[in-house]
Amino acid sequence: MTDSGVLKVAMPKGRIYKQASKLFRQAGLPIPEDFDDSRRLIIPVPEANMEFIMAKPVDVPTYVEYGVADIGIVGKDVLMEENKDVYELLDLGIAKCRMSVIGLPDWKPVIHPRVATKYPSVASQYFREQGQQVEVIKLNGSIELAPLIGLADRIVDMVETGQTLKENGLVEMETLFQVTSRLIANRVSYRLKNIAIQELCDRLGTAISARV
Amino acid sequence: MTKPKVFEKPTGVKDYLPHAVTKLRRIERSVLECMRLWGYEQIMTPTIEYYDTVGVASSTSDQKLFKLLNQRGTTIVLRSDMTAPIARVVGSLLKDKPFPIRLSYHGNVFRAFEEEGGREAEFFQTGVELVGDSSPEADAEIIALAVASLQAAGVPSFKIAMGHVGFLNGLFQETLPGLESEQEALKACLLQRDHVGYRDVIRNLSLDAEWKRELEDILRLRGGQEVCAQALQLSANEGAQAAIKHLCEVWDVLEAYGIQEHVLIDLTMIGDFSYYTGMTFEGYASHLGFPVCSGGRYDNLLAQFGRPAHATGFALKTTRILEVVEDAAQEQVRTLVVYDKTSRLEALTVAGRRREQGESVIAVVYESDDSELLAARKWGGAGTFSYRGTQYRHVVLIGKEAEGLA
Repeated sequence: MTDSGVLKVAMPKGRIYKQASKLFRQAGLPIPEDFDDSRRLIIPVPEANMEFIMAKPVDVPTYVEYGVADIGIVGKDVLMEENKDVYELLDLGIAKCRMSVIGLPDWKPVIHPRVATKYPSVASQYFREQGQQVEVIKLNGSIELAPLIGLADRIVDMVETGQTLKENGLVEMETLFQVTSRLIANRVSYRLKNIAIQELCDRLGTAISARV
Repeated sequence: MTKPKVFEKPTGVKDYLPHAVTKLRRIERSVLECMRLWGYEQIMTPTIEYYDTVGVASSTSDQKLFKLLNQRGTTIVLRSDMTAPIARVVGSLLKDKPFPIRLSYHGNVFRAFEEEGGREAEFFQTGVELVGDSSPEADAEIIALAVASLQAAGVPSFKIAMGHVGFLNGLFQETLPGLESEQEALKACLLQRDHVGYRDVIRNLSLDAEWKRELEDILRLRGGQEVCAQALQLSANEGAQAAIKHLCEVWDVLEAYGIQEHVLIDLTMIGDFSYYTGMTFEGYASHLGFPVCSGGRYDNLLAQFGRPAHATGFALKTTRILEVVEDAAQEQVRTLVVYDKTSRLEALTVAGRRREQGESVIAVVYESDDSELLAARKWGGAGTFSYRGTQYRHVVLIGKEAEGLA
């Protein structure tokens, strides 16, 4: 959190970065499409008066909460799971997908329901709200495997097109919430760098409404 | 949990080594002295309180209270702030003292463990409460004292954001009359700093476009006094108007204090609605990701302790300030007295005299096989002399052996 005008931006590496940087360019901010040396972790972008911190997407809210990044871009799925104390300023409308409960087409209630997911906190909260007590199993990838091999009877995961589900003979049972990427800000930066952050918000907001 | 290793301590608590304590004490002293100069007298209250009194009344949510059972099975809390204990004292021990009452405090407060770092289970707060004054002057005095305290602590650059819960309450009642759950939803979004969710709730309301735009626009209501003028146009609701007028007057007083450059008005800046009743504020220091102070008006708390009264106050989180304050070079002057056992009386008299002069003095008996003490004889007095890892500005040799004359 420097007082100089440079905004420190926690950027998610990979898929979301491409879409986010495109949106930034549409908002008139000269952000490169890709960086030559993708292994660099801190990338100055003097043209836009910013500095990018290239982070693993799930870590973006943490950097922002502690204030080592002023703002960040992160999916609503991660925000819901991590539950950090940050400002959620803008729905960027990119990286659209949804969080869903998924199972085999012939699913029937079982005696000891087990739900596998990368999002244990989201899943526990959802089932508690539904009045169901389930055992939540945290997995780190290939969640679709779980119902196929009998580790869990249902899973909670992100669905973009539904193609992977179809290929594995799984169906979406319920949608928890829609997911898009969000612009988040640190509590202190939001006040101390208010002008820069508000201007960025306005420019992005204009670019987003121009898209629709 | 596995058995802790011997060096471990519970999550969220800290040790402070001499260097940090020196700095922390300096901050506390400066801040408390500043508060004293503003007419606030320091009080102390116990670390533990009853859950049913102070615990329930405090602004800390139930799951964050640190609860214990005493030997009779009564629930006890480790205090989570100093405001509720002070309200208890004002309603009991000080019940005959006329208002307004100005009190300051410094103490450790506790919050039940959270797994994440940055959220401490025990930390130190220095703060004040001004009880029995509902005027804008009282609110402004609290903010001005917060500014003065941050300056006294040595925080290099900071900003105070100020809001008023009455404005949003009034505006929502006007735009969404009778729609309690919608009002609650909007407040919950603002409290969670979820502007996206706030806009979503508005989008789904059946309101005309004009009102929707106004509700959205409050997210941008930030700045100096001009914000008050804009806000007055927004809502004709009595409560909202009264809140803004109050804030305007607070601002006028802040201008008279000459500190308006440190303050900005943000009408989305709201504390817990069930606790704060009027003006609320938070202080932010650059280079720190978390607020360094917070405060506001809580006119309902004192009634819970049998003496209904208006009240306003703030707390600085001194352990957090520690991270942003520069080390003032004001090093302690240390003196090493090395003496022979036969010259003990003289040596300890010299040590005592030097202590009276404010020097920090260590006296050691000369041992001929101690190479560090041998070196003391040859030390010419330039810079500092190192003994057992500590630097000394002065070395005094007393006795024939120590002086090397034996």
